Amino acid sequence: MITIDRVTRTFDGAVRALDDVSIHVRRGEVFGVVGQSGAGKSTLLRTVNALERPDSGTVTVDGVEVTALQGRRLLEARHRIGMVFQHFNLVSNRTAVENIEFALEAVGRPRSAKRDEALEMLDLVGLAHRADAYPGELSGGQRQRVGIARALASKPDVLLSDEATSALDPDTTRQILALIRRLSRDLGLTVLLITHEMDVVKQVCDSAALLEQGRVVEQGPLLDLVRTKGSRLAHDLFPLGEAPELPGYGVLDLTFAGGEAERPTIAMLARDLGIDVSILGATIETIAGEQAGRTRLAIPGEPGVVERAARFLGEQGVGVEVVSRP
Amino acid sequence: MIDITSPDFWSDLGGVLLKGTLETLWMTSVALVFTILIGLPLGIVLVGTERGRFLEAPFGSRAFGTAVNRVLGFVVNLGRSVPFIVLMIALIPFTRFLVGSFVGTGPAIVPLTIVAIPFFARVVEIAVKEVDGGLFEAAESLGASRWLLVRRVILPQAAPSIVLGTATTITSIINFSAMVGVVGGGGLGNVALTYGLQRYSWVHIVAVIVILFAIVQLVQAGANGLARRVDHSSGRSRAHAREIDEAERVI
Repeated sequence: MITIDRVTRTFDGAVRALDDVSIHVRRGEVFGVVGQSGAGKSTLLRTVNALERPDSGTVTVDGVEVTALQGRRLLEARHRIGMVFQHFNLVSNRTAVENIEFALEAVGRPRSAKRDEALEMLDLVGLAHRADAYPGELSGGQRQRVGIARALASKPDVLLSDEATSALDPDTTRQILALIRRLSRDLGLTVLLITHEMDVVKQVCDSAALLEQGRVVEQGPLLDLVRTKGSRLAHDLFPLGEAPELPGYGVLDLTFAGGEAERPTIAMLARDLGIDVSILGATIETIAGEQAGRTRLAIPGEPGVVERAARFLGEQGVGVEVVSRP
Repeated sequence: MIDITSPDFWSDLGGVLLKGTLETLWMTSVALVFTILIGLPLGIVLVGTERGRFLEAPFGSRAFGTAVNRVLGFVVNLGRSVPFIVLMIALIPFTRFLVGSFVGTGPAIVPLTIVAIPFFARVVEIAVKEVDGGLFEAAESLGASRWLLVRRVILPQAAPSIVLGTATTITSIINFSAMVGVVGGGGLGNVALTYGLQRYSWVHIVAVIVILFAIVQLVQAGANGLARRVDHSSGRSRAHAREIDEAERVI
């Protein structure tokens, strides 16, 4: 649905914000781009609706090469791409419903249909009762709902989210993410979001990319990434902390994803190989609709025992990393 | 010399002041209407054609935008740097060309408008620059035309500042209107000139001062009230909104 192909963007000759970035977002999925501030996420997102023009490379949305568009054709392409912002960017001197009407006017909806359609959008995000409130009278979460309603008023196929929950508290963040998830399913939206919070990726994303100093370090469906040995995203999604120094023990990090997360692998290890395993840490969550997580084990005894355990677990389809040997 | 004990003096005074006040109000109002009609779009174009703003490339040409910006900026600065009394005299041929004469209250409106336009354009410029850049980005992302951006984003957001700036503009038009007596224009300035200066009537001077002060007070109070009515950005009930949020969560 969205194909970013070898995009490079340099600011004022010096800072390379995007360096040969290629990303593919499939139709109907929620794709998260993670990275620290200054990694180029914001610039990347803005190339998709041509708020930012790359120096080289192309961006294609639903078969239309956005990077080649100008004037009226560009406005029309933007009608198919909604965008929500970290600071909502609502017109504070106009009411919630008027802010949404603005989006409908932009696509040339007739005056008579405007109000009803705007109210419908507010209803969709659960804010119909606050239609005549000004943004200053709404809470952060409510304002972002208005922002989402405005972005979706033109019935776009794609929603871009620029740190949409970064200015919100954890509770509100969860509600807004759930709303985005629900709308993406109900409306068949393709969502491209950028965030610096791993929790956001965990909660809503099907796929993700890690951006670092303008380069894509890794990308793919979350479950595939979790299964990939040494995946930075998997480590960041399921942090186990620093490995402890344990004399006489070997330490193994296991990664589970999908079906194997539900099998009693560790119990089998203890029973079949007769090893007294200790669990040092574990984290398991539902991502992209499946169970996934990481577990850190301490294995007592000889290096040979640790190797045997690692081999056994590998045969069960679990990702294994040997952190230290006795 | 005047004689304030004469019975005619006081009855004359009322008539003179009323006529002067009406003339001042007339000159100021007409000048204001034209000032807004010309100065508002001028100010918006002045900001918009700056580099990186919404009108940086009108008709797809960046060079054209830069040229427009330079020329307008130059004209506005020129208009603002020439003292009014000089401008008024310099404009005599233009005024005569426009309204057929340069003497009197009506023709005096021309230089009053010309001097107020650059002033008001700067007022608008400052107000538009205060609009949050994120709003321009949001409008762009929605694929809104420039015209829609001006009507639905820039004007509502800049309205409070523009209203307050209009009050300042009115005050300066009234200020300048006191000088048009020189070219035979009427108004309260002329009253002060003919009665106060030429006939040494302190009564007229005091009365003119009091009336002008009252007009400026009223204009300012009206503008303050109107600005409050169009300004909803203060978040007067953010705390209230939070309460609603929590209440909803409980429900």
